[in-house]
Amino acid sequence: MSELKGSGQQTADAPTPEDAFHETATLDSREQTHAPGAAPDGPVLAADGTPLKRSLARALRMQKIRALALIAPLLIFVLLTFIAPIASMLFRSVENEIVSDTLPETVVVLNDWDSAGGAPLPESLFEAFYVDLFLAQEQKLHTRLGTRLNYEQTGMSSLFRKSGRQVGKFDTDKYTDQFTALDASWEDPASWVAMMDNKSNRTALPFTARSWDRWVAYLNTEGDDPAKEDIEDFLFTTLYLDLAKTGGKGASDARITAAGSAVGDFETVSLAEQFADAEKDWADPEIWRVIQTFSPKFTSGYYLNAIDMQKTPDGIEKRPENQQIYLMLFKRTMFMSLVITFSCIMLGYPVAWILANLPSRTANLLMILVLLPFWTSLLVRTSAWKVMLQQQGVINDTLVWLGLVADDARLVMINNQFGTIVAMTHILLPFMILPLYSVMQTIPPTYLRAAKSLGATNWTAFWRVYFPQSVPGIGAGSVLVFILAIGYYITPEIVGGNTGTFISNRIAFHISSSLNWGLGAALGTILLAVVMLLYWVYDKIVGIDNVKLG
Amino acid sequence: MKLTKIFLASTALAFAAGAVAAEDMTIVSWGGAYSKSQLKAYHEPYMEKTGVNIINDESSAEAVAKLRAMNEAGNVTWDVVDVVAADAMRLCDEGLALEIDPDTQLAPAPDGTSAKDDFGDLLVSDCFIPQIVYSTTFGYRTDLVGDTPPDNICDVFDLEKYPGKRSLEKRPVNNVEWALICDGVPADEVYDVLETEEGQDRALAKLDTIKDSVIWWSAGADTPQLLADGEVVMGSTYNGRLFSLIVEQKQPVAMLWDYQVFDLDGWIIPAGLSEERQKRALDYIYFATDTQRLADQAKYISYGPARKSSAPLVGKHADLGIDMAPHMPTDPANSKTAVLYNFEFWADYRDDLDAKFQAWLAK
Repeated sequence: MSELKGSGQQTADAPTPEDAFHETATLDSREQTHAPGAAPDGPVLAADGTPLKRSLARALRMQKIRALALIAPLLIFVLLTFIAPIASMLFRSVENEIVSDTLPETVVVLNDWDSAGGAPLPESLFEAFYVDLFLAQEQKLHTRLGTRLNYEQTGMSSLFRKSGRQVGKFDTDKYTDQFTALDASWEDPASWVAMMDNKSNRTALPFTARSWDRWVAYLNTEGDDPAKEDIEDFLFTTLYLDLAKTGGKGASDARITAAGSAVGDFETVSLAEQFADAEKDWADPEIWRVIQTFSPKFTSGYYLNAIDMQKTPDGIEKRPENQQIYLMLFKRTMFMSLVITFSCIMLGYPVAWILANLPSRTANLLMILVLLPFWTSLLVRTSAWKVMLQQQGVINDTLVWLGLVADDARLVMINNQFGTIVAMTHILLPFMILPLYSVMQTIPPTYLRAAKSLGATNWTAFWRVYFPQSVPGIGAGSVLVFILAIGYYITPEIVGGNTGTFISNRIAFHISSSLNWGLGAALGTILLAVVMLLYWVYDKIVGIDNVKLG
Repeated sequence: MKLTKIFLASTALAFAAGAVAAEDMTIVSWGGAYSKSQLKAYHEPYMEKTGVNIINDESSAEAVAKLRAMNEAGNVTWDVVDVVAADAMRLCDEGLALEIDPDTQLAPAPDGTSAKDDFGDLLVSDCFIPQIVYSTTFGYRTDLVGDTPPDNICDVFDLEKYPGKRSLEKRPVNNVEWALICDGVPADEVYDVLETEEGQDRALAKLDTIKDSVIWWSAGADTPQLLADGEVVMGSTYNGRLFSLIVEQKQPVAMLWDYQVFDLDGWIIPAGLSEERQKRALDYIYFATDTQRLADQAKYISYGPARKSSAPLVGKHADLGIDMAPHMPTDPANSKTAVLYNFEFWADYRDDLDAKFQAWLAK
């Protein structure tokens, strides 16, 4: 529509690469006339003596940098506020670091545990888990992990919350008492700091060294001094476990080797029993198999969940039928979006045609009527449909008054698919009319008259001459309406009941309510992929060049 | 990890839209009549007393998700947040809320009883300071139920006696409990039954009997609107909404208190505030949850104060002048069969049951 005007303005206001070319070309010709002595086969020089080619390249480069600098603020803004958050959100659909970050020792032991072969739960698993859980509950991470695992196994949430409260009260203080009875200096945190600075001590006590480092790292984030905080029971437990295994050989502290020879007589505590006493579920291998299944840093679990499958310790399987919902919702979303797009075409085409063929004064007035809904709040428009369509609403009341419908058999037009389609068609209609209108405006009315003067009937003239020229508008409108429809969730939530809701309602639920962001991200990614696929199909069939917004 | 932080920091830009000045305190709540009651009972006297400017944000419905995003971005812009107890538990579980010691950080009752004893069982989470007791219960159209108005929760499931539509919340919570009770399960065994697969199916099967006559709501305002328009004969919602429908808007609606489910709403302080802001937030909480302040709120809205010592102080409605006590869910006449929301059970079974419920709903 404004193509000519636009390009005219461009050459008038903004410098373009062509300008630079003209500039250097002028310089070049000037040089040739003013310096006739230059060798005819040498490089053509610019006014400042540099070769013309380089000078031109530099000029072009400057133009490009200037252009980039001009769009830089917008580009950075878009990258930072739009692309980056979306990318990080989508990344959550596979990310599963929380398990291995919270339970690093446990995950290592679980990797070696042959769960499928029915191997018993090793004691070392509970020893590792004791240290992990103790440190996690100090940092308040255990409940977060419980929430994460509860998505996979009901009951994990309270299992972790309750165990977190009890893990500090385990009988492992027996180790503490026995070590301090052996040598009172064990109680002194400063001596531990010195002991753990020594390399040979650390090699002799590997588990203790690892746990100590995590403990110190935690204290540092809290702003506490490791040399002043009490030594907790779990450190004495790891110390005992290390000494029981190595006897403290190779340590440079006499205190360690002395304790190493004494631990053989120590009274021991079974951590497996401690955990089973606290919560009997810990003795259940199934719980551990779930943790094992979800211990890798990345998981396909969320995606499987999003297509009604599930990842279980025994492999990937279908969800029970009474929990399958997402595939059905994807299909419903596609189907309803197509119906909405189609109704928008049917309703929008005649309106756009009238607008395009009226004198511009009347057309502008009518245009305001098309745009008016845009200026009204979405919620108000949706609620207005509720008033219109409900059983005690305007339409039903009118029908009953006219005697077309019996009072006790009022039509159900809302809280179902029909309600969603009506309300969304109304809301999205302007997105169809506007591109159609601007395309139709560019179709000269003389074409139709010419067709008719050559003997075409009204229908032939419209179908063979007018309609093909308006297809780019239909294409643009359909792409807009379809893509907007697919992501709608407020309107379906209000008027959709249980048969008219979209997949986006579930995504919104998982993002803001159930907080299962991984699943929400997986559903969102699949939706994005489907839209891109449809866009590609559309490009193959209709051709994206055929889409015109005006 | 670092990259994710940068990404999220940009998301936080959106939240940080209103920059917080030193004397401002952002308090997040539910909006509507509820926020108004807090403004009158807490905010106005506090601003007068301290000179702090309180900014009201109405984002409580998305509080958990937003706090999580703010926390990951390292930029928490809220000072005090009003949430339901279940959300407070989740925030506490995720380490997003500050733990409170009721005995040192909350005001004792006027007679010297410690805050811990005064709130009693209602301190359901270490991070949660209860404010009100509200309930989810039923209202019915007095002109559409004939001569025998419903007085039993199971009348909701009785389509023959009370034909017409009902409105129920679009989530399993409360609905499955009511379904089991009306299917013959004794109230104290409901959760034992619900823990089993068969029990869950049984609850959904009971709901199946009225599924075609149910309009499912997701916003608290839906049921009052549906009742006012005569779209439904009866419907569940929060008791405060029904109070304003009946008493303030004078609609032909009455309360059905049988097996109302008590729930709690209260404050949390987000974790990760600067020392100065945390101190101010704690000071506000100390002020706003004392015995008199909690009783004051009941002048503006029909929710029961969470402290035992506040109950005798509940007076008349500030504008209407009617006695508020009989409209409280905690009133002995109303709470004969009341049950308390089972936080532990729903924290575990929320995800599982919700998936089943939504799949059932979509069928």
